[in-house]
Amino acid sequence: MIQPITRRGFAALTLAATLPFAAQAQDPTKIGFIYVGPVGDLGWSYEHDQGRLAIEEAFGDSVETAFVESVDVGNDAESIMTQMALQGTDLIFATSFGYGPAVNTVAGNFPDVKFEHATGYQRDHPNVSTYSARFYEGRAVIGHVAGKMTQTNKIGYIASYPIPEVIRGINSAYIHAKKANPDVEMSVVWVYTWFDPGKEADAARALIDQGVDVLMQHTDSTAPQAAAAEASILTFGQASDMAQYKPAPRIGSIIDDWAPYYIQRVQDVKDGTWESGDTWHGIKEGMVELGEFTDVIPEEVRAEAQALSDAIAAGEYSPFTGPLNKQDGSAWLAEGETADDAALAGMNFYVEGLTGEIPN
Amino acid sequence: MLRLEKRPQPSRLWTALTPILAVLATMVAGGLLFAALGKNPVEAIRVIFFDPLFNDQVASFARPQILVKAGPLILIAIGLSMGFRAGIWNIGAEGQYIMGAIFGAAVGLALYPMDHALIFPLMVVAGALGGWLWAMIPAILKIAFRTNEILVSLLLVYVAEQILASAALDLLRNPDGGGFPGSRDLSEWDTASNLELIAGSGMHWGVVTAFIAVIAAYVMLSRHILGVHLRLAGQAPRAARFAGVRPGMVVFLCFTVSGVLAGLAGLFEVTGPAGQISIDFNVGYGFTAIIVAFLGRLNPIGILLAGLLMALTYIGGELAQFMLGLPAAAIQAFQGMLLFFLLALDMLSNYRFRLVTREAV
Repeated sequence: MIQPITRRGFAALTLAATLPFAAQAQDPTKIGFIYVGPVGDLGWSYEHDQGRLAIEEAFGDSVETAFVESVDVGNDAESIMTQMALQGTDLIFATSFGYGPAVNTVAGNFPDVKFEHATGYQRDHPNVSTYSARFYEGRAVIGHVAGKMTQTNKIGYIASYPIPEVIRGINSAYIHAKKANPDVEMSVVWVYTWFDPGKEADAARALIDQGVDVLMQHTDSTAPQAAAAEASILTFGQASDMAQYKPAPRIGSIIDDWAPYYIQRVQDVKDGTWESGDTWHGIKEGMVELGEFTDVIPEEVRAEAQALSDAIAAGEYSPFTGPLNKQDGSAWLAEGETADDAALAGMNFYVEGLTGEIPN
Repeated sequence: MLRLEKRPQPSRLWTALTPILAVLATMVAGGLLFAALGKNPVEAIRVIFFDPLFNDQVASFARPQILVKAGPLILIAIGLSMGFRAGIWNIGAEGQYIMGAIFGAAVGLALYPMDHALIFPLMVVAGALGGWLWAMIPAILKIAFRTNEILVSLLLVYVAEQILASAALDLLRNPDGGGFPGSRDLSEWDTASNLELIAGSGMHWGVVTAFIAVIAAYVMLSRHILGVHLRLAGQAPRAARFAGVRPGMVVFLCFTVSGVLAGLAGLFEVTGPAGQISIDFNVGYGFTAIIVAFLGRLNPIGILLAGLLMALTYIGGELAQFMLGLPAAAIQAFQGMLLFFLLALDMLSNYRFRLVTREAV
């Protein structure tokens, strides 16, 4: 049940920004979310909303949550977060990369409101935290499966924006598909959107026309799954399980599970122990989950996928382990060397073997 | 039996009344929609239409935000209305808006971090130029080759979006941005920032320019021969030709005005509320302005009011989302109803009902 922020008990507007946090401690903790897509996307925004519902479940009446969906970056995000802050919201989750500048502007104006910015890097104020998941760990596993499953040796990848997070995913998927199947080729299509079923479907069809028979995506809708079902090719669920397309075309999935982190951060705010930081969790912590691999995949491939996932979770294997060269052939990681988090966070190049250019 | 009969001339009374009726009908139909979603319809309508203006707790922030949103809508819609009156359909204001922002920002960023009083005016000129150049493509193609300006101007929006993405990723990318897309934050560079002129008012240069455009358009349409020519070209092209109006000139003028104003809107947005060139800088003002132009009956004062009303439904709609938990789609449907009812009720100003007694056959 959606519990909207009501206007009961709000501090006078002029005081809201400067009111000491303790004065609000009696009231329920108010938590606001802004989503880049609709909650019904069954992908990225849907999973953040699942996190919001998990907060309500965990804290009951001691929290009030509200959300605004399909929020454009820039002024709209700034305006909505300001309104939330003015309405006495204690903690705001801004759940897309593009909200960065807006988060930091509003955070500067409201030092007593805590901000959590997903997949961001800017923390200009002590009341801003950033958090993200190591999606590339999940992509390594499904990349392996994709390499094993393709008959045409052509894998398609629907990419959103050329930012490090997306490039990391492409590289990780490609490296592991190539390891599983040396003949594999990967075609990347950039759609410049996180959620646009029309554009995603067009991209999927274009890739299918090129002979792609396994499709991956870094966009949020299920339109590529629908296009894949039509063409009888294989896909993986993105952000959500997309289980309605099981057992095929969806043969596996990467699921974002934000609930444990969200509950922890709300608890920190309640305890007064919330601090600014940068969190990057993966398979080990459960922020990245692998959805069920369906039995369209041969049993030994499923076992390999599980073993790969277990090795990553145990910290025995890093998806970016040398020898690896950059696309232009220059050396990147030596034999056995692994990429550190700083290199991963700013990744702006393809690894060797990928064709095409990162748009710029 | 009731029969529809075309009025010899549109009724002035109904022309003035239908926008108000459309708003009322939208409130009723929207209220039903909200009720069906399990929300209190009266409360929802109040949050959307009245709270942003009159509720003490939200209005002091929401009122200026209405101006911030209405500014670019009005500015673009005024430019478009000139062409629409003359039967020239510039559907690509969104593209001209993007190009204005890119040109203006590029000039500013080229001079970063210099500090000179002329930098911002220079950026404004560059912004206008960017919008104008982009508008000249469909204009010249129409004049020289009789291409359809609707198609050309619309498709150029998508070209402009690609250029925008490229600018954010490469040409104008912030060198201190750690490899992430997006330009420097112009709103944080005093020399080039377009901030509120009076703190807390929402009035920035774009809003001021929009108001000036409204007045200028009003004067031109009611007092200047150009206004007569524009209307004539739209309503009676042949007569216009006899009156010495050159069709090519009309196309050129209309695209100039709409391109320049859209470019200016983009420049004021990128230096102020948006702050930077980013891949998804444009949020559809150029398309919404078409609705605003028609909602305002292509009349400058009407456009001013329509722009403010549209902005109100945006701000109120956002409030309704997080205060009442209304889904975004319901708000969009609500905004769609407004245009639907306006167009449907337009019938009343162009037609009248006649009671006719049916004769026996």
